Amino acid sequence: MYLLRRLAIAIGLFLCCTAPGLHPALAQDGLEALRPLVNELAKGKFKETEQQVAALVATGDPAVAPALEALGAGDLFFRKSDGAVFIAEKAGKGYALTDPLTLEPAGEAGRREVSKIKVNNRLRRTIRAALGSLTLMAPDPDVRRAAAEAIFKAKDPDSIEALDAALAQETDPRVQTVMEQARAAAVLNSDLDDSVKLNAIQTLEDKASREALSVLIGAQATASGAVLDAATTAIERINKSLAMWDAAQNVWYGVSLGSVLLLAAIGLAITFGVMGVINMAHGEMVMIGAYVTFVVQELIRSSAPGLFDYSLFIALPLAFLTAGAIGIGIERGVIRFLYGRPLETLLATWGISLILQQAVRSIFGPTNREVGNPEWMSGAFELGHMTITYNRMWIVLFAILVFAGLILVLKKTPFGLYTRAVTQNRRMAASMGIRTPWIDALTFGLGSGIAGIAGVALSQIDNVSPNLGQGYIIDSFMVVVFGGVGNLWGTLVGAMTLGIVNKFLEPYAGAVLGKILVLVFIILFIQKRPRGLFALKGRAVEA
Amino acid sequence: MMTSLLFRAMDAKAGVFLAILLTVIILVPAANLLLPESHPLHVPTYAVTLMGKYLTYALLALSVDLVWGFCGILSLGHAAFFALGGYAMGMYLMRQIGTRGVYGDPVLPDFMVFLNWQELPWYWYGFDMFWFAALMVLLAPGVLAFVFGWFAFRSRVTGVYLSIITQALTYALLLAFFRNDMGFGGNNGLTDFKDILGFDVQADTTRAGLFAASGIALGLCFLICKIITKSKLGKVLVAVRDAESRTRFLGYRVEHYKLFVWTISAMMAGIAGALYVPQVGIINPGEFAPANSIEVVIWVAVGGRATLVGPVIGAVLVNFAKTWFTAALPDVWLFALGALFVVVTLFLPKGIVGAVGQGWSALAARRKSTSKVKAGSDDPPGSAPAVPVSESGPPKSRMPAPDPQPAE
Repeated sequence: MYLLRRLAIAIGLFLCCTAPGLHPALAQDGLEALRPLVNELAKGKFKETEQQVAALVATGDPAVAPALEALGAGDLFFRKSDGAVFIAEKAGKGYALTDPLTLEPAGEAGRREVSKIKVNNRLRRTIRAALGSLTLMAPDPDVRRAAAEAIFKAKDPDSIEALDAALAQETDPRVQTVMEQARAAAVLNSDLDDSVKLNAIQTLEDKASREALSVLIGAQATASGAVLDAATTAIERINKSLAMWDAAQNVWYGVSLGSVLLLAAIGLAITFGVMGVINMAHGEMVMIGAYVTFVVQELIRSSAPGLFDYSLFIALPLAFLTAGAIGIGIERGVIRFLYGRPLETLLATWGISLILQQAVRSIFGPTNREVGNPEWMSGAFELGHMTITYNRMWIVLFAILVFAGLILVLKKTPFGLYTRAVTQNRRMAASMGIRTPWIDALTFGLGSGIAGIAGVALSQIDNVSPNLGQGYIIDSFMVVVFGGVGNLWGTLVGAMTLGIVNKFLEPYAGAVLGKILVLVFIILFIQKRPRGLFALKGRAVEA
Repeated sequence: MMTSLLFRAMDAKAGVFLAILLTVIILVPAANLLLPESHPLHVPTYAVTLMGKYLTYALLALSVDLVWGFCGILSLGHAAFFALGGYAMGMYLMRQIGTRGVYGDPVLPDFMVFLNWQELPWYWYGFDMFWFAALMVLLAPGVLAFVFGWFAFRSRVTGVYLSIITQALTYALLLAFFRNDMGFGGNNGLTDFKDILGFDVQADTTRAGLFAASGIALGLCFLICKIITKSKLGKVLVAVRDAESRTRFLGYRVEHYKLFVWTISAMMAGIAGALYVPQVGIINPGEFAPANSIEVVIWVAVGGRATLVGPVIGAVLVNFAKTWFTAALPDVWLFALGALFVVVTLFLPKGIVGAVGQGWSALAARRKSTSKVKAGSDDPPGSAPAVPVSESGPPKSRMPAPDPQPAE
């Protein structure tokens, strides 16, 4: 089992460092240069094999690791006809062969065509030590790190020496810490002195990861005296620090959800705040933005695949314009006849949302459409003990950008000035010469356009279907109502609060119950502050 | 006292409506049960059930009209009360299955056996008795509405804010009822009913009976609404709708009036739900969907707010159209429904009944001015809802639609 696992790790390492895209040509040439050395293994007895192993290790190339692993595990065979060496695995009556360097399948062989390269215990030890130093001292820091992590998981006391040797000449600080911790784990698993073990516990405590915790818990079971005490306190400290990281991770998830809510709600906040209009078709604007992204990506796929990574940047202005134009159309066509009758507006826009949904369903079909993530939005990175995916991170940044942009537009441009004037006192603004109907139309267009670009962002994390908008409409209303109408900061605070509260409730109450609790909380909150957190004051309220 | 209230509530329009309703209640089951299937006037059972469903929808629309038309509370969450009533009835029907379920457990409904529940949760106790279930049909939505309204109206949450939190209410219930551990069947809801009050729910006679019961409930609730709106209380409600602050300044406790009519309306919605469930044979959390509540509002708007007859007509018409469209042109239905929302709010703010009444009084006014004959109406033209139509039969005959109304 143990050797098999090592083999798997070594193969994984190998694949990592020769993965296509890094330097394939170089790797290929290097491999072929190694082949005569590997094939040498087929010749001679134990003593010769030992020398051959040493020669392989001397190359310092981690590509020989799989062959050595296989040799140690007794899986390395050579073909009698030409002396070529393969990693063989029993398949039916014969063996399935794998090239020991490229790790590609190399056909099959009958039972009698190949012969096992024999090893003894002494040779196995040599191989193990050789492998450790080979990977721990590999030129690539990622390989060294992975090797150290493998030892950390295996907690093999035999590798302490190899680790010490590797530590002596390690320069990369990241790899160094991993090695130190691997050494600590191995020390705890050995029968060394208590003082050495106490040092090891200290090292693990500093790492404060889940793995360190499990190592310590394992050590706690067998230890006694001072080591046991030290392990117990270390476990407590690690638990505390992990709880902090969990909280940080929850905050991050909350911020991430909050920024999605913010994107969906911010356009609504504008239309609701300025015109007092409840736009039930707002979610459909988000949906239209997502479908614009889909169309843009389809066009790029069919005509200019090289541009795929820029598809979102092309989709953003298009989504803004499309959704904005539809918004202005709705305002001019329907809503302007209904000013002063908010409940009727609500119904009419609901009707429009049904029409838009069905229109999209008729054009694009009722099923989910595939919207791809560009290269720079896929993957994740680690920050301390938190995992952060790139698409979430970009969406948070994007939400902040959109928010800042809107604030700028509203505070620094003439249009923003007029909009704020109309929000605060429509009649006074009109008598000052502001053409309020135009402002209404443009504001509605702006709000819808923002919803459109929110759709571009949401297409990256949600299913693009005709029902996309429906999922967001109630949440966005909650955000706007919670934050208070006519105040973008209120929307920001509302979205972030709801996002974070939701994510903190989830571990305790489950996703659905958490959401219900949030809804009930908002219903109760509205009783306390009927006009939201940041309510407009003065005459505007009565309008 | 009671009779005088009743007397005041009855006008010609209400009388015509009740007469038509009574005819339908008698004729449809009779045509289903008494006429042989080959007879041209035979009404097939599925049609009876369908019409019974329409009647429960009409009752739901009536309850929305009571709060929206007369008190200005636009509820986007009436489906919640409807579904709660439905669940109360569904629980009774589940308990009636007894050992005939798939697992044959005498007490536990199938889904509980399936989920490995050992005993009946406490809130299922009593639902094996019809009177208890019937009480719950009224109490469950009533109490919820009372508590919700108590908080909402006392803190003066009005207008669109109220609409949005009613929507949040039904959405929260939707999510809650989807959960399996709520003990209401989760996603699948309650179904596979066997009998009600000892009668087989699938039988033609039971279906006809349920149809008649829906009709009678609709008629009774219509009368209650009529009594409420024609009383002094009704006048205050209209005042609240038109100028809430002024009414409050005049010394009325606005929130009490609102709370009363809101709770009554929720109970009516509950009754509608309870009659709906045995006819369609299933109740699941989908009934809580906010979209359903909004659809109810459009039935009321199509028929005419604050007319009481209008919502019934609107509910039946829209649902008939829905049945027809979803069978014949399924893709067009949402377009049609969406267009209906827009057209009605833009061009028919008083709905069909309002428009017809307005057209009628305009006609009457013109006749008065040309022939100097005293016409039957002394209402000024344009005051639509309460126009008597005593001389010319039901107000359902189509009249030319009036011009779009200005904002109220």
